[in-house]
Amino acid sequence: MKDDLVLDIRNLKMYFPVTRGLMRRKVADVKAVDDVSFVVKRGETLGLVGESGCGKTTTGRCVLRLYQPTSGQMYFEGHDISVMKENKLRPLRRKMSLIFQDPYGSLDPRQTAGSIVGEPLVVHHMVNGKGEYDDRVEELFRIVGLDPSMIDRVPHEFSGGQRQRIGVARALSCDPSLIICDEPISALDVSIQAQIINLLEELQEGLGGLSYLFIAHDLSVVRHISDRVAVMYLGRIVEITDADTLYTNPLHPYTKALLSAVPIADPFVEETRERVILKGEVPSPLNPPSGCSFHPRCDFAKPECSQTIPQLRDVGGGHQVACLQI
Amino acid sequence: MAERKEVATREFMEAPPRVNELERFIRVFFSRRVVIFGLVVLVILLLTAILAPWIAPYNPYKQDLDNVKGQPSVEHWLGTDTLGRDTLSRIIYGSRNSLIVGIVAIGVASGIGMTLGLIAGYFGGWTYIIIMRLIDALMAFPPILLALTIAALLGGGLTNIVIALGISMIPPFCRLMCGQVVSVKENDYVVAGRALGASPRRIMLRHVAPNCFPPLIVQMSLQIGGAILAEAGLSFLGIGIDPPGAAWGAMVSEGYRYLLTVPILSFAPGLAIMLVVFAFNMVGDGIRDALDPRLRGTI
Amino acid sequence: MAALLEVKNLETRFYTEAGMVKAVDGVSYHLDELEIIGLVGESGCGKSVSQMSTMQLIPTPPGIISGGEVIFEGRDLLRYPANGPEMRSIRGAKIAMIFQEPMTSLNPVLPICRQLTEMLELHLGMDEEASRKRAIELLTLVGIPGAEGRVDDYPHQFSGGMRQRVMIAMALSCNPRIMIADEPTTALDVTTQAQLLELMKEMVDHFRASLVIVTHNLGVVARYAQRIYVMYAGRIVESGTTKDIFSNPRHPYTIGLLSCVPRLDEERGRKLVPIVGLPPNLINMPQTCAFLPRCPYSIERCKQEKWPPLEHLDGQHYAACFVKPEKTGGSNER
Repeated sequence: MKDDLVLDIRNLKMYFPVTRGLMRRKVADVKAVDDVSFVVKRGETLGLVGESGCGKTTTGRCVLRLYQPTSGQMYFEGHDISVMKENKLRPLRRKMSLIFQDPYGSLDPRQTAGSIVGEPLVVHHMVNGKGEYDDRVEELFRIVGLDPSMIDRVPHEFSGGQRQRIGVARALSCDPSLIICDEPISALDVSIQAQIINLLEELQEGLGGLSYLFIAHDLSVVRHISDRVAVMYLGRIVEITDADTLYTNPLHPYTKALLSAVPIADPFVEETRERVILKGEVPSPLNPPSGCSFHPRCDFAKPECSQTIPQLRDVGGGHQVACLQI
Repeated sequence: MAERKEVATREFMEAPPRVNELERFIRVFFSRRVVIFGLVVLVILLLTAILAPWIAPYNPYKQDLDNVKGQPSVEHWLGTDTLGRDTLSRIIYGSRNSLIVGIVAIGVASGIGMTLGLIAGYFGGWTYIIIMRLIDALMAFPPILLALTIAALLGGGLTNIVIALGISMIPPFCRLMCGQVVSVKENDYVVAGRALGASPRRIMLRHVAPNCFPPLIVQMSLQIGGAILAEAGLSFLGIGIDPPGAAWGAMVSEGYRYLLTVPILSFAPGLAIMLVVFAFNMVGDGIRDALDPRLRGTI
Repeated sequence: MAALLEVKNLETRFYTEAGMVKAVDGVSYHLDELEIIGLVGESGCGKSVSQMSTMQLIPTPPGIISGGEVIFEGRDLLRYPANGPEMRSIRGAKIAMIFQEPMTSLNPVLPICRQLTEMLELHLGMDEEASRKRAIELLTLVGIPGAEGRVDDYPHQFSGGMRQRVMIAMALSCNPRIMIADEPTTALDVTTQAQLLELMKEMVDHFRASLVIVTHNLGVVARYAQRIYVMYAGRIVESGTTKDIFSNPRHPYTIGLLSCVPRLDEERGRKLVPIVGLPPNLINMPQTCAFLPRCPYSIERCKQEKWPPLEHLDGQHYAACFVKPEKTGGSNER
């Protein structure tokens, strides 16, 4: 079973210290990721969804070891990468890559598109000689739907959607097993978003064995592209299940509220939908509520909810929920 | 690798039209007359320095004790100094010293400053703290005082003055670079470099540093004027180029006593200093505007 | 009954380094009393610029409102000077606007109270005490808990959602006839967005005003708007009641938009149908239909004639297209 898992995250915690004063004394922790566990199987897409401050982006960055996790274990293709030294980690880095949200900030404005896409090849010594390098870069351009004649152009000569394709090509260059997609389409126009979503799906079909950790706040998109979805709130996962069940049978009160808040482009449906409007706001991660972090806004909260932190429990068929009332 | 339909390539081939960056830079740069004026002055300065032996009417060291403190005349357009040397020729030769001092001092200052700033900004933590405290210590010395100290330790002469000035001017470059690095470092493309496993050295040199240059280039051109002025100040105080070398500041100092009788002795080199510093400032302004069009109103 | 606001052939241009951009190219629409309309389109389509133009908030240079009429309360607003007393008495008081980024719309160095009372004193002539009282009432009305204690806080002490509520309070403070919300929730989380949209609807009902929602999010207008205008490249390409637009879209762009967005309630297997190509380059646009390069339904006529005018289909439904395709499938009428 282990061979099937590309990513196995257990009890991941990422706390950022808040320091005061000249000697930088730690006064508090921002608990960005607070005991998060999930797995990603080979060839599947796990969606990580939640609102701002829920820790989904931080989780993605931890998986890539861009931050050093405060505690927890992370297994990538069986290797324990939680505390691995950088020089041992480096060769593994070519198997996992990252696609960013901002098509304008994620490409070095002073490099040509070709050199951006080819940089991983150079860093990991994947090609011998210029000929091979050029061929591979051209191939990558074609795979993502970019005209290879644009290899020598610089990023600002491309549109937003095209830049995102460059980012995808860069992520693909060393044949990764896992691509972490961090809000890859939210900065794009709606009509271009579909192009990139389709591209990502086609790549997964065509390349076989490619997994995605798809981080986004747009539930409609996440549901569309993911096989399974994990819902995060204030640093914790509150529900994980497959994408269909998430919509047809959401169990956690937050998931239900989140689903009902998503606008649907259909006036007839919108008229008749049941709406759950949450009261209050997302609390600050500096000062999370005790026990279940959702309890102040929850219609079903009981006294015990403010005392005990609910753990993810399997309620059947791989559907996990973290709620004391279910 | 699986193949992919070529259809997509055809569909998404169009790119936004190419904007010619160089053409735009040139157009904005030359849009202000003062900037053009500054550039002309600098070109004249450069030519003067290079062609000094050919255009100076007299040997700047040749004394003519029968003709001291002469007023401007047909033979000596700017008159003669206290030792009968032709002022115009001394100014022309003096341009070499000024230019060398300006460029080399700034070269040293920016080279060292930018490197330190890059390292401090990228690594942060203790590296940053240590480097920045050193820079703070350096900044605490008034530049002239620092130059005096170094000159006292190393002796006078052009080379040592340049070193002294160069060292004293490190702080602004270091701090500016550090600030730039800290902000550029946050960009996703730098994170992308880390994510794909590039070494810190590669990231710093290939991704971070080149994106920090524009404000530093501006700073360099602005500071050259400062270096020249500082050298003039030093030579006015008597430190710097050993006589009989021609240095504008020293010339101002020599002529200072005769301001009422032979004002040209101080004014001529003083005017030269002023023009050159002004020119560097204007060109620096022009570069800054051309690099960031948002600072201008309507272009 | 005459419309509350009627915009006719509005044209706004921007002169840039690269050329002239017709950000708004002959846009006409109307807004009735107690109505909510949606102005839908992607970035660059001119929806925000058109609203800023009706309020004469376009920076000149490089922009200029080069044509059209904006009839409000019987007068053409464009006849008045942009910074003159007439426009100033309308902005904020009769027509109010809320923007996408509340942090930049609120003055960070003034407490919220001052920003509210300033408007009340200026437009309604209230005195200090009365305006402060009214400010607290307004903040409570928009759902800011403990308004009395928070009224003297600064913008940075509020969260994003709260700041947007403050913006709504400011917009409503002088009982405007029209509120224009320009991408009001794009920068917010989806649950906060839901709260705020509900609030806007309630407030607009409470104050008996009309609302213009400018957005790229079709779902938002599906729920709240009664009529919708779809914009592309500075022009209105389709307009009609919300139900018309969603159940029977007749412009290829509208059809494309509806097919390329994943829906929360649809079958998961559906492949998204993207709109091919790139967003239009507005500099020196050709005279033919702006959507032509991306249109899967185009015919010979589209390549030869000047861009199609809005044609009446039925009821309030108009589309600017020579082909006017019927989309098969779509939202179901219940």
